[in-house]
Amino acid sequence: MLIKLTGGTVYDPANGIDGQVRNLFIRDGRIVHSLNGATPDHEYDLRGKVVMAGAIDMHTHIGGGKVTIARNLLPEDHRADPEPRRGLMRAGCGHAAPSTLTTGYRYAEMGYTAGFEPAVLPINARQAHMEMADVPLLDVGGYVMLGSDDFFLRLLSSGSDQQLINDYVAWTIRSAKAIGIKVVNPGGISAFKFNQRMLDLDEKHVYYGVTPRQILKSLARAVHELGVPHPLHVHGCNLGVPGNVETTLNTISGIEGLPMHLTHIQFHSYGVEGDRKFSSGAARVAEAINANKNITIDVGQILFGQTVTASGDSMRQHANAGHAHPDKWVCMDIECDAGCGVVPFKYRDKNFVNALQWCIGLETFLLIEDPWRVFLTTDHPNGAPFTTYPHLIRLLMDKSFRNDMLSTVNPEAAALSTLGTLDREYSLYEIAIMTRAGAARLLGLTDRGHLGAGAAADITVYTDQADKEKMFTRPDYVFKDGELVVRNGEVVKVVWGNLHTVQPEFDGGIEARLRDYFDRYHTMKLDNFVINDWEIEGDGRSKILVHPCHQGARS
Amino acid sequence: MTDNTMARVWDNVPSPFCGIASDDLKIEVAGPSVRVLENGDAVTTPGFERSVTDTAPRVGGKPASMTEAVQRAAAILKDARLAVFSGFGTDVNDTRAALSLIDKARGVFDQARAGGGVRNLLVLADSGWIATTLAEVKNRVEVLLIFGSDVEGAFPRFFERFVWNQETLFGQDPAKREVIYLGRAPSGNAAVSPDGRCPQVIECAPEHLPELAAALSALVRGASLQAETVGGVPVEVLQGVVDRLKRSSYSVVTWVAGQLDFPHADLTVQQVCQAVTALNKETRAAVLPLGGQDGDRTASQVCAWLTGYPTRVSFARGFPEYDPYLNDTARLLSEGEADALVWVSSLSAVPPPAAGLPTVVVGRSGMQFDTEPEVYIPVGVPGIDHAGHMYRCDNVVAMPLYPLRDCGLTSAAAVLAAIEQSL
Ligand SMILES: [Zn+2]
Ligand SMILES: [Zn+2]
Repeated sequence: MLIKLTGGTVYDPANGIDGQVRNLFIRDGRIVHSLNGATPDHEYDLRGKVVMAGAIDMHTHIGGGKVTIARNLLPEDHRADPEPRRGLMRAGCGHAAPSTLTTGYRYAEMGYTAGFEPAVLPINARQAHMEMADVPLLDVGGYVMLGSDDFFLRLLSSGSDQQLINDYVAWTIRSAKAIGIKVVNPGGISAFKFNQRMLDLDEKHVYYGVTPRQILKSLARAVHELGVPHPLHVHGCNLGVPGNVETTLNTISGIEGLPMHLTHIQFHSYGVEGDRKFSSGAARVAEAINANKNITIDVGQILFGQTVTASGDSMRQHANAGHAHPDKWVCMDIECDAGCGVVPFKYRDKNFVNALQWCIGLETFLLIEDPWRVFLTTDHPNGAPFTTYPHLIRLLMDKSFRNDMLSTVNPEAAALSTLGTLDREYSLYEIAIMTRAGAARLLGLTDRGHLGAGAAADITVYTDQADKEKMFTRPDYVFKDGELVVRNGEVVKVVWGNLHTVQPEFDGGIEARLRDYFDRYHTMKLDNFVINDWEIEGDGRSKILVHPCHQGARS
Repeated sequence: MTDNTMARVWDNVPSPFCGIASDDLKIEVAGPSVRVLENGDAVTTPGFERSVTDTAPRVGGKPASMTEAVQRAAAILKDARLAVFSGFGTDVNDTRAALSLIDKARGVFDQARAGGGVRNLLVLADSGWIATTLAEVKNRVEVLLIFGSDVEGAFPRFFERFVWNQETLFGQDPAKREVIYLGRAPSGNAAVSPDGRCPQVIECAPEHLPELAAALSALVRGASLQAETVGGVPVEVLQGVVDRLKRSSYSVVTWVAGQLDFPHADLTVQQVCQAVTALNKETRAAVLPLGGQDGDRTASQVCAWLTGYPTRVSFARGFPEYDPYLNDTARLLSEGEADALVWVSSLSAVPPPAAGLPTVVVGRSGMQFDTEPEVYIPVGVPGIDHAGHMYRCDNVVAMPLYPLRDCGLTSAAAVLAAIEQSL
């Protein structure tokens, strides 16, 4: 199949192309330099259109146990957003925790072609993959969670060699078919099982005697030394706690230059100034990020309305459960491996705290100078459902719209925020960095997120409009691996995405240790824990893609 | 799982039948016959050993080709105003295929044993809970409180695997664990500790379980009760239980919702859950809802991620609508609202109820009928005849299932996909 995309205005930051008119050629799902004189099977006239790579959501809760708990928890939220069977699309439901099918359709309709589930519990990885397999039209991948699992904490507290920890981390990534490592409230999920209700960066886990700082260093070093492209993905300590900006700054300095990704940093950028003892720490955090090139972040922007927070952080979710709206919530201790907490939440624009959270997220976007190191997320669904992205993009690209919105939120919060004084407007090029090129680079996806020859033909075509929310809501065309899947915002073909993974090397000796550990303490056999290729590829829908790890990162 | 090819003996086989996903079974396969050599129990062994009978479909009681059977099934669905799909008894792929068909046929999705799951899910969606999983029980539980249920009757290996284990991660001696039965006595001795200690058993008549749960919840929250007894149980005995739970660093409260078979039992489950939530103000405690035999949890989980709702979903209006009362198969049949029944059950051999309606069975080979259905398509078992996945009771661990034999039986998923193609 040969396709020519003619005369579009291309934004392809990975290749330094900023709004130049270009033709693009696709041969059998890949972008090529030219068709070598062959006649294309299809040609699309894209004159006057904006062309970008397919968007990549690098942190979105789209599959796994806690998402399905959220689904079971909120039938009333789903009832308000039914998705009837129509055309090629099967029925489902949307809003805060949509059904998997609807998740895929709605992402594709917005021009997204990949989404990464950031909280894959090793023991629940199989479920995460089964759910993500049922998300059509999107490539997927997962970051597997370590740091509160007892095997790791035993290694760390007994002073194990870093090499052994590296082996365990590599083995976990491979057996869970993941692309990175996430740590959530380092050690805190485990500490909560021992009835600890708080664990600050330098506080000791009551049983293991190790601190979150040690956990972060050990895991960040493992990821780095294994050459895993995606840095350690960190949901830090003290989520949502006023004053946690200090913890965040200490976390940044404490990692001592190792690569680290701080996720949903908005929830970790709170100061204690003012009458209400709640203030924005965004400026200080942004300053630290601007100064520390080893750090990347995604924002976890909140947007107003009903949503549900689904997190591995059972400790903090339990602490925040009093704010549940509606008043119901689930926490779980999970399998000496991790935990989770699912708390529905309604962010209100007239509420001081919520309005300031909204400001803090936007300040963060606007104060971080390098768009390659900040990523556009709402931590779906924790800050807002992913369907709000076009609105968020408009807030970033359109200062007068942003200030109009600012004038409608809680005035006390608005007055405390510097948001109204920030003039920056993101350009299309910068949006393309945040949502495509940067995300692909951060994950080590060399053939995604750009439009150069050799890239997979995941391409989104928009009509440029003054109203960027409208523009990004409804692309003209979306191609997935070279197939036209969306036309004028409607799904015209359903394909199934790929699973992106890495396979770092490890010394097989770790497996004997783990086998013994599983036999003694776990409730399943090690062989049944490891996810086999047939489980992903067996029904002919998903393909496993393995991205290379860096060489020579070992110190 | 390893294959000892010559003898056709398989080790570390996971059980899709038992709800706690024991995966240490040793199984021998000779032709179509399956024998559990080690670690079977009263639930799992019959699940594996049920013999294969039919291998060919029947239409109207007469042997038919697969094509004829599939076309007749599709014709029944085309004629139906509202087809109800129940059984489920299935693994992940079978359920996926069924939901795809149900969506297209605008049918209703229910499970034969949805009752227990619905009791729990109503609580989840009304107030939520603090829950735990089997490995946490195995390594942490100090006091295990069993509410109104006979655990070993439904889960024969529960105590062996998760309570009286040899060792724990945190230095606790499992033999010192305390087990308390509240409301119902156990049917056997599984809860007797290895050193011979019997569980504390506090019995009451089944109709008093709701009061008992309410009293437990009130006492945990510090209320003082006027009554001296609740359901015949002295309040001071209940207070003793509550004090013990409060002193425990990690207690687990469990029940088998399928056994709490009385009206509004969800409200009883809710009281128990709220007691546990209240315990967590000071110490740690968690609930463990037991269930999930024969794929009961699996089908509900798959339904939740594919439709956004757990079991008892209707697609009659073209989109999923969740209503655990209205979409109950028994009600739809007795009220005459359904005019076709499709019974999908690849794990359990329990046949459909006699509905007096055109009935299609995509069922495990070996299923026996009092009333022959219009269409019967025998299928293989996930975890015996083909690969698959099942969920265990805690909804967290999905276990891979492996093919152990090949006697020519197709999968329910393949049959359901063929029916969908013919619609
Ligand atoms: Zn998080
Ligand atoms: Zn997240």
